Amino acid sequence: MKYETQKIALAYFAVAMALFAIQVLGGLIAGYVYVFPNTLSELVPFNILRMLHTNSLIVWLLLGFFGAAYYLVPEEAEREIESPMLAYLQLAIFVLGTLGVVVTYLFDLFNGNPFLGKDGREFLEQPYWVKLGIVVAALIFLYNISMTVLKGRKTAITNVLLLGLWGIAIFFLFSLYNPKNLVLDKMFWWYVVHLWVEGVWELVMASILAYLMLKMTGVDREVVEKWLYAIVALSLFTGLLGTGHHYYWIGTPAYWQWIGSIFSSLEILPFFAMVLFTFTMVWKRKREHPNSAALLWSLGCAVLAFFGAGVWGFLHTLHFVNYYSHGTQVTPAHGHLAFFGAYVSLNLAIITYAMPQLLGRTPYNQVLNMVSFWVMSGAMAFMTFTLTFAGIVQTHLQRVRGENFMDVQDQISIFYDMRLLSGVIVVIGAFLFIYSVFVPRSGEVIAKTGVAPAE
Amino acid sequence: MWDALTKSAARNIFYGGSAFFLVIFLGLTVHSCNYAQSTSTDEKGLNAAVINGKHTWERHACINCHTLLGEGAYFAPELGNVWKRYGGLKDPQGARETIKAFIKSQPSGTPGRRQMPNFKLTDKELDDLVSFFEWTSRINTQNWPPNDAG
Repeated sequence: MKYETQKIALAYFAVAMALFAIQVLGGLIAGYVYVFPNTLSELVPFNILRMLHTNSLIVWLLLGFFGAAYYLVPEEAEREIESPMLAYLQLAIFVLGTLGVVVTYLFDLFNGNPFLGKDGREFLEQPYWVKLGIVVAALIFLYNISMTVLKGRKTAITNVLLLGLWGIAIFFLFSLYNPKNLVLDKMFWWYVVHLWVEGVWELVMASILAYLMLKMTGVDREVVEKWLYAIVALSLFTGLLGTGHHYYWIGTPAYWQWIGSIFSSLEILPFFAMVLFTFTMVWKRKREHPNSAALLWSLGCAVLAFFGAGVWGFLHTLHFVNYYSHGTQVTPAHGHLAFFGAYVSLNLAIITYAMPQLLGRTPYNQVLNMVSFWVMSGAMAFMTFTLTFAGIVQTHLQRVRGENFMDVQDQISIFYDMRLLSGVIVVIGAFLFIYSVFVPRSGEVIAKTGVAPAE
Repeated sequence: MWDALTKSAARNIFYGGSAFFLVIFLGLTVHSCNYAQSTSTDEKGLNAAVINGKHTWERHACINCHTLLGEGAYFAPELGNVWKRYGGLKDPQGARETIKAFIKSQPSGTPGRRQMPNFKLTDKELDDLVSFFEWTSRINTQNWPPNDAG
């Protein structure tokens, strides 16, 4: 670690990991309610559990992105972060907002109050005051990082990262706008949700992956950065008009069925490019980096994002398929593997890479970390399969045969049983990971020979 | 071909192309907004009851169990067409009363069955919520969902 202010990342990663634990536990309870539906039904109903599960996911991923930016920008810009004090203030605002959200949801405080009560649009349920806090915190962050970059060395990695982070802040502003007309509401809701995860988040993802490849493989910066621009070009060329795949059945014009089908089918390309990029860089590597767990997470991120976001997204993106599958369990099947592959794995990759240096320890606790990769990835893949089967059966029974929703749910309960099982294993994997990055060990279980390939 | 592409060329393609697609996307958004307000929804019928019903829907986070036009949580039934499913087209008063009675009767407490909380809605809130469902059921959704099951 060359710069003192990179240490800021440690606080961000720590809070992110705490929320990661809450997120997977919330998911586990929600999965349990699917199987034993009377659980907590009066105390913490399913809708509250789900809000905690999704909101904690979004916040910890964002905190991970911020932490990653604080970690890598000093090295890229070759100077210290403009103001460490502002960075900690930003984190404090996020922690306060998160606590406010949890308390408001759990105890349903200020229900109906337009400023203090929850605003129950999916994923944007945060009370208005928390949303404003997020905007303020985002502005502090952007000032801090932009000034650092502007006064320092400018690289493609920081250019793309900054563009992605600015995009996150700008598109979040649409969460403050809630039109009375439901169709307009839904259209602009996707400006936050789609243009984040299938737009500007991909910029953040590609730039962090590029940084990791640059550091771990030692391939020339020129080569890495050309790849980076090519990947993010594919992301936005396909992702912007790919928003159309959400505009099929919500009261928007029929032409979106063509635009959405064509462009969102192509959304698989940036993810395929990321697979090609990471594997090509590793094949052409000029050094053996000792942190093979970070390399495993990086390659795993590209591969799982390709399957989760790319393949599983394509599975139900064509409008004539989506007409039947829209709003069934096919969607959460795709959602779980896409988020895990693209953004969870990305964060775990940069955390695995940065943590030993932030904590000033070596050798790395590689084996446990790599075990956690296989445990979590395997269980998430299994969860995706179970939900995919559930979704396909549901589509047939409900959309083709016209059976009632609840009757159909009873017939696919076995898939929810298996999903709960995979959820337990994901949680075990998540706690293994957290343990392996935070708790130092005296020595490595398997010593590296120095010639073994880094996978 | 890959070698012929320089880093600065790739950068220019990225910025120029993204701006191009963003402009197209924004233009189509404007058109779609006009279409929604003039053609696919009953903008004139957006009265105080419907608007208040939408707020009732939001402040109880209904979307985190139900889906509305296919978007939401998949834990409970689709409600974009609940008006039609409960026979609102033929018997509006009957559908209204049935939906209100269903909401009020929750939770059922039946073992092994998913439970809907009791949100303790007032009669006016219930009426407004049903008005919101009725308004939503008239949105032109390109014939989605495929059948009444939603």
